[in-house]
Amino acid sequence: MIGIVDYGLGNISAFANIYKQLNIPFKAVKSAAEIQAVDKLILPGVGAFDYAMQLLNGSGMREVLDDMVLNQKVPVLGVCVGMQIMANSSEEGILAGLGWVDGTVRKIDITKLSHKPTIPHMGWNQVRPKKDMEVFAGIDYEQGFYFLHSYYFSADNTNDILAVAEYAGEFSCAVHKENIYGFQFHPEKSLLNGVTLLKNFANL
Amino acid sequence: MLAKRLIPCLDVRDGKVVKGVQFRNHEIIGDIVPLAQRYAEAGADELVFYDITASSDGRVVDKSWVRRIAEVIDIPFCVAGGIKSVADAGKILEMGADKVSINSPALSNPQLIADLNATFGQQCVVIGIDSFFDVASGQYQVYQFTGDETRTQKTQWLTRDWVSEVQRLGAGEIVLNCMNQDGVRQGYDIAQLKTIRDLCKVPLIASGGAGTMQHFTEVFQQADVDGALAASVFHKGIIQISELKAKLIADGISIRP
Repeated sequence: MIGIVDYGLGNISAFANIYKQLNIPFKAVKSAAEIQAVDKLILPGVGAFDYAMQLLNGSGMREVLDDMVLNQKVPVLGVCVGMQIMANSSEEGILAGLGWVDGTVRKIDITKLSHKPTIPHMGWNQVRPKKDMEVFAGIDYEQGFYFLHSYYFSADNTNDILAVAEYAGEFSCAVHKENIYGFQFHPEKSLLNGVTLLKNFANL
Repeated sequence: MLAKRLIPCLDVRDGKVVKGVQFRNHEIIGDIVPLAQRYAEAGADELVFYDITASSDGRVVDKSWVRRIAEVIDIPFCVAGGIKSVADAGKILEMGADKVSINSPALSNPQLIADLNATFGQQCVVIGIDSFFDVASGQYQVYQFTGDETRTQKTQWLTRDWVSEVQRLGAGEIVLNCMNQDGVRQGYDIAQLKTIRDLCKVPLIASGGAGTMQHFTEVFQQADVDGALAASVFHKGIIQISELKAKLIADGISIRP
């Protein structure tokens, strides 16, 4: 059973709709009791880093979540801000992140853009994998994924970078460390590629 | 490379997709959900739904169709029309829309832009601007309540000043509807879009005037917009999205294949 962590932030229904179409069992989880009953986790998120951390810290799920991810090695997929909060800290806020994957969330450097600076980075962009992972099986890299963000995850260890994309230079758009996966792009809004990815994660 | 976006726009009135010429004389095109699904499958990069009656009627509009769209399409979509408060926007986003677009209510209450930014983040906040070239003054001016011809009115804002103001308040994207060009298929208003591009540090979407595939090439090459929005050429089958994408790629424009 996949648990979509509902801590008050992020588009729960977009993930739910895809897993419904795929006929893969899932549930939105809101409490420590509910979250312990699932064996895979999706951590969505949109909005500001500190707001996301405040909500998660106040959700009653933080401790169980840390234990499941760090000790029990339950597979977890963070998306967008749900990925960013896995870092140690962010230039966007002052609160500590979850610290699951070492790194800092940084603002896209618009001085490196060769065209008119546009923040947020919004739209379809191609990605390039840095590791050969099951989760990317069957992905059409030419099609790419849908992005919508102003900050990105800058991983401390290059080994933790799963994929990169080009916008104001190359940035890490996906991270991976053991059972932890994070995507800056939105698989739930990326047509077939996104559906494939969410299916692959479910089959891990 | 970030791809330029092709964005079919579906004007919605009373739960049906309609299309007018220069914002007038709306005719019904079809039901929302199957049209949305068809465009997503055909290669649209994003969709916009404008409830064109909402702002000008001043009534609460049934937006349950937003949830039905979210259930069937796996690409991003934006909803516009009658969103007057943070609570209104929250409902639309909760139903599954990725962004909300504010037009008339932002002109009546500019603080709404800052409030939406603070609550949902910059990426959700799209500002639609209806801009009309006033021959007498030689200036582009912002209009309000364009969904209803009896209530459409010129505002105090010059378009360039309003573009700067909405960015200062926290807009995440600007859709510039060039009213002189709307529905007449004579091409996008390149001159105006170029001027606004210089002032616009957030994604800029061109709207109004698409008639041929060449118009898309021109607006991307000459005005460097991030996306091009169009309605009738797609609804009436004058342009097929797959053919348009092939042409734009051949013209050297970065497009999702």
